[in-house]
Amino acid sequence: MTTQTSSKAQGLSGFVQDWSADKEAFQVPWGKAMMWIFLLSDTFVFGCFLIGYMVVRISAVDPWPPATDVFALTIAGQSIPLVLIAIMTFILITSSGTMAMAVNYGYRKNRHKAAWLMLLTAFLGLTFVGMQAFEWTKLIEDGVRPWENPWGAAQFGAVFFMVTGFHGLHVSIGVIYLTIVAIKVLRGHYEKKGYEIVEITGLYWHFVDLVWVFIFAFFYLW
Amino acid sequence: MTAQEHHAPQSFWTKYIWSQDHKVIAIQYSLTAIFVGLVALVLSTLMRLQLGFPGSFDFIDASAYYQYVTMHGMIMVVYLLTAIFLGGFGNYLIPLMVGARDMVFPFVNMLSYWFYLLAVVVLLASFFVTGGPTGAGWTLYPPQAILPGTPGSDWGIILMLVSLGIFIIAATMGGLNYVTTVLQARTRGMTMMRMPLTIWGIFMATILALLAFPALFVSAIMMLFDKLLGTSFFMPAILSMGEQMGHEGGSPILFQHLFWFFGHPEVYIVALPAFGIVSDLISTHARKNIFGYRMMVWAIVVIGVLSFVVWAHHMYVSGMNPYFGYFFATTTLIIAVPTAIKVYNWVLTLWQGNIRMSVPMLFALGFVSTFTIGGLTGLFLGNVVVDLPLSDTYFVVAHFHMVMGVSPVLVIFGAIYHWYPKMSGKMLHEGMGKFHFWATFLGTYAIFFPMHYLGVLGVPRRYYAYENYDFIPDSAKDLNAFITIAAIFVALAQLVFLFNLAWSYFKGKESGPNPWEATTLEWQTETTPPGHGNWGETVPVCHRWAYDYSVPGYEQDYLPQNYPEEAKV
Repeated sequence: MTTQTSSKAQGLSGFVQDWSADKEAFQVPWGKAMMWIFLLSDTFVFGCFLIGYMVVRISAVDPWPPATDVFALTIAGQSIPLVLIAIMTFILITSSGTMAMAVNYGYRKNRHKAAWLMLLTAFLGLTFVGMQAFEWTKLIEDGVRPWENPWGAAQFGAVFFMVTGFHGLHVSIGVIYLTIVAIKVLRGHYEKKGYEIVEITGLYWHFVDLVWVFIFAFFYLW
Repeated sequence: MTAQEHHAPQSFWTKYIWSQDHKVIAIQYSLTAIFVGLVALVLSTLMRLQLGFPGSFDFIDASAYYQYVTMHGMIMVVYLLTAIFLGGFGNYLIPLMVGARDMVFPFVNMLSYWFYLLAVVVLLASFFVTGGPTGAGWTLYPPQAILPGTPGSDWGIILMLVSLGIFIIAATMGGLNYVTTVLQARTRGMTMMRMPLTIWGIFMATILALLAFPALFVSAIMMLFDKLLGTSFFMPAILSMGEQMGHEGGSPILFQHLFWFFGHPEVYIVALPAFGIVSDLISTHARKNIFGYRMMVWAIVVIGVLSFVVWAHHMYVSGMNPYFGYFFATTTLIIAVPTAIKVYNWVLTLWQGNIRMSVPMLFALGFVSTFTIGGLTGLFLGNVVVDLPLSDTYFVVAHFHMVMGVSPVLVIFGAIYHWYPKMSGKMLHEGMGKFHFWATFLGTYAIFFPMHYLGVLGVPRRYYAYENYDFIPDSAKDLNAFITIAAIFVALAQLVFLFNLAWSYFKGKESGPNPWEATTLEWQTETTPPGHGNWGETVPVCHRWAYDYSVPGYEQDYLPQNYPEEAKV
């Protein structure tokens, strides 16, 4: 598609010119545009989950279980609040870093490094899911169920398992997605097409990480 | 694989069954949607039998009646109207009208259809499980939706929620394709402000779908948790049939907010494509450019945006802070402004046009009439104080059937008569078409217009029987019998339409590539019906807007969008 306008206007008129011009609305590959739109839709999904959580928490009749006690691990006889979740968050944020490096190497056409960094990202994601499974197991052993828990409002277990479960599902899908794309990258499948796919995969991954930051804040710090 | 790649000849299976061609997917979507629509039509006729002649039909007991109401509503709104406008017309028309060879990701597009079909199968399966389908009403309000006493509270509600979840996944996969295709895959010269209004309507409706369905998705998951795991998202402490249920502290109002945050944009997911299509039908068959194209586009955009901030007008009787009622009433009434602009512009397009009373035009005119009536009653219901006495009466039933039942369906019929020649190469039979129009148009008025009076009398909706209510006069019974007879007549008239679809496919008149002498690109394809890949060697280049009808100085009264600028006769 050709661009008719060579002069780039600024501000509002530039915005209007962009949208009314004879060209693609976004100067990006189709897959990337589609991923952005999907993530916008997915934002609404998580937004509804989190708003639902807040409403449920506010309207619950029993007191909400205190996060510092519920999410504490006893290590060497000491109860340390939020230690597991801190490690999990650190791992997930780190995986965003390795993902960004993979994108960089992809665009440099260094496909081996890109692929291995993607696999490392997937591995970190898998670690996160594994630790989440551990956390769930521990909470279930402590008596937390979707319909009850020993400390207070029954809704705590319900929203906790639902929202972290839905996020964990996203991470798991991301791990599979990353692995498939990484193997294809490794095989040179994208030599001709270009490595935008690495960035598109990365967009999804960063989104999942960003969502986690919100879940972390609303579930563990509130 | 993206649409730029090969469009080679294919075997029967890849061509018609596992097809990635947007046109085949569109027809698959449409046929499936029409099929479930017929199921819902039969359900509505059964409901009317009970209402018109109470107690005459043994097999319609109260439970069955509520199941018919629920399934009729849900199927019509989601599985017929949404699916056929976006999955059917969206799929067929977007690539052809913007001059693309296919959707941007044909494989995802194909998946969208198969998920939709799965959703339909799961939904229909609920007719065959213990307890039957859910009878909770299409809004599925908790707590009653999942408590014993409501029909289908065992399996019906579960299958309904699962089916909705699958449908939303399908709609998302399709919707991403439609939006990306419109934004990124337009042909040269096809700027956003040259797109036919059909595309604008479908485009905006798809954006609404992508942003509104998440709320339904989340509420479906939460209600499944309440049902299957015994959580209490939407369930307060409750006594059911003398027993204390295990629920405590949930908020039924939360469900209503989530549901209507989806539910109100859903109205416009159905209405905006209808607005767009009807604009093109009127312009084409009146041989006149659409009046106020830019205003029409902006009206579509503004209505789309506003539709996200009006949802609680469905909840006036649920109770809310009076200031919220004030806010939602105001936003609701503001929507009347862009909507009125559209109606005026349709009428002004007709003004002094060279109107051809073809079947699509008849349906388009019918739409303007029913939509105006339905829109005006919306003004009553949007006001809190007027809504309160009218809420949950037949006035509401009359309102939403006129505005989002009959009106979009008339547009769907008009659109099928209009585009059937492109899909099949044959014209639909005109005589049968005209009978179909008059029977449907007058028949639906006969059904829904009297309901306004029933509503003003205070006849409540969703009741199985109306015995022993002193405030309901006997005349209401006669009116109900009349409505039922009209409903049976309209339902039977649809058989003529179905027969016409089949008959014309084999025996219909050859249509040629452009029977309506229309300007938009889908009529300028090399072959009719268009082959896989739509265009021949080169994609068309767009030189003008979609509404160059009766331009002075030219021999023919229409200039196709790919008609070169300089080649003046």
